Amino acid sequence: MSEVKTTKPIKKRKIKLDENLLAYRGVWVYIESERGHVHPVSWELMGQGRQLADQLGVELCAVLMDAAGPALDAHCNSAFHFGADRCYRIASPVLSDYRNVPFTKALTDLVNAHKPEILLLGATTLGRDLAGSVATTLRTGLTADCTELAIDPEDRCLLSTRPTFGGSLLCTIVTLNYRPQMATVRHRVMPMPEPQPERTGLIVDFDPGLIETDIVTKILEFIPDEMRDKPHLPYAEIIVSGGKGLGKADNFKLVWDLAHVLGAEVGASRAAIHAGWIGADRQVGQTGKTVRPALYIAAGISGAIQHRVGMEGADCIIALNNDPNAPIFDFAHYAIVGDCNQILPALTRSFGTYLSKPETKVVMETAKELA
Amino acid sequence: MHIVVCIKQVPDSTHIRVHPVTNTIMRQGVPAIINPYDLFALEEALRLKDKHGGRVTVISMGPPQAAPALRKALSFGCNDAVLITDKIFSGADTLATSYVLASAIKMLNAETPVDIVFTGKQTIDGDTAQVGPGIAKRLELELLTYVSRINAVDRANGQITVERRAEGGVQVLQTRLPALITMLEGSNELRFATTPNMFRAARAEIRHWDRTSAGIEDLKLVGLKGSPTIVSRVFGPTPRAEKAVQIDFDPSNPEAACEALLAKVLAESPRVKKELAQRLPGYQED
Repeated sequence: MSEVKTTKPIKKRKIKLDENLLAYRGVWVYIESERGHVHPVSWELMGQGRQLADQLGVELCAVLMDAAGPALDAHCNSAFHFGADRCYRIASPVLSDYRNVPFTKALTDLVNAHKPEILLLGATTLGRDLAGSVATTLRTGLTADCTELAIDPEDRCLLSTRPTFGGSLLCTIVTLNYRPQMATVRHRVMPMPEPQPERTGLIVDFDPGLIETDIVTKILEFIPDEMRDKPHLPYAEIIVSGGKGLGKADNFKLVWDLAHVLGAEVGASRAAIHAGWIGADRQVGQTGKTVRPALYIAAGISGAIQHRVGMEGADCIIALNNDPNAPIFDFAHYAIVGDCNQILPALTRSFGTYLSKPETKVVMETAKELA
Repeated sequence: MHIVVCIKQVPDSTHIRVHPVTNTIMRQGVPAIINPYDLFALEEALRLKDKHGGRVTVISMGPPQAAPALRKALSFGCNDAVLITDKIFSGADTLATSYVLASAIKMLNAETPVDIVFTGKQTIDGDTAQVGPGIAKRLELELLTYVSRINAVDRANGQITVERRAEGGVQVLQTRLPALITMLEGSNELRFATTPNMFRAARAEIRHWDRTSAGIEDLKLVGLKGSPTIVSRVFGPTPRAEKAVQIDFDPSNPEAACEALLAKVLAESPRVKKELAQRLPGYQED
């Protein structure tokens, strides 16, 4: 794909804001908390939000909505550690579990009262439900599943980049004469920032006047997922993934073998999942999981954008493919061109030997002491 | 019971190719299909009809070429199909699209009151998952996204109980009808079209609604003009500055390449080296 030339940018329309929209200032991140825990995507967004706010010379504000209590206050403190200048805190028993109507009302009212220019949410089931509802209620633009956010220095506009056409190209989307500019970002797409425990800020309470009896939807039960036996791809440090290039379902066993020796998680491309070679919960990519491991081994994966956006945050990418022109070689760090069904067993043997030798351990420990 | 299902005709993304020189989408020969996520919404609607009686209306906003997608939906057993099509609708983003679909559903509701509107979780071409929530907000319907199961519909009391996929678990929610439901993939399996339904679908009239029949009140809110977002740039991915390090591979001696690769990775990536160290026998955290 190296011969692919980036198309000339379409001349961006000059965006002139109406007088009343000029009052919209500041970058907001919605902090998603459920059952006492903040979803890590919210902190990742704080890292990105901090950069955008600094570039614009405005405040970064965190929005927290939950039942009142020590957990909510602790989350406000964490928001400061992750870069917030200000926390908007909406405490109400109605907000103890996610329901569309009260959350949409609370966030919409807060936006109308304090007018941010940018509002970011995690692209989780909650975030997408809420973002779509808030954007429609506010009649503003929303860009889903962004992989990159930036500011146009000329007109302060948010440039939201995301894969398009089923993940075969990327596009940059701007919001015209509407505010706030809203975007969602998926978990693990942005790096987790380092918390700064000395940071603090201002808490502003907001009361949207929610009354339980006004809310039609009731939560009858919450059934937590069984965590056992579920793949933990987003936080895996080593991942071995297989694609259609393996040839047939049986060959996927070679991926499992290598993963077993490495103590790695197993991932897959969309094509391998569509072929039914492995369960959909192992998909890495735009419509699957986003991963940031130390080591990513891609076997028989061509490297379409749809897959690439899910794994290019890996520290070290090893690509095995028999097609020397596969796009994956444009962004992998190490490449072996050849038959995966030959390379994988050999890699399994090499890593296996390396990880079982006592002398390796001595070398490693010496290296650790030196480091 | 009157159920409306919103579907979209999309290019089959597994067949999409990007022209290597001009970087444009090559549409020729790409088959058009019903957005696969919408099929779960269709099947769930038909199951409710089987159980509770009533009718299923399938609608789509798109060009006249999208009519075959609606005909296909009729062959599975939907009663009625409406294609909402008008040049003025083109270039719409999700906000403008939800306005048009909501207007059309209002018109359908005037014909026969609507109990449930179904959409798929998202489309495979846009992947935004925004149109369903958008329609619900505009029509003030109760919104149930990522529904994996419909537990009960109580028509006498106008109530519905569903299971909704949330982060880390499943919510069991009870709410009031009318509601908008976005169906999660894998929640059911689409039936086969029966021969009588296929014949009926082939002969059926698909209603075409333009801006007037769809009840559009404000032309400024549709199409490109009604869209707050625009695409300012489309581009291919940039290759990494450095090309991948090629490890020579000799099929008669695959081990050699693997040993060379391992040595290079260990020498050049401290993070991988550290991860591997933790996997050595007898490793202890310090």
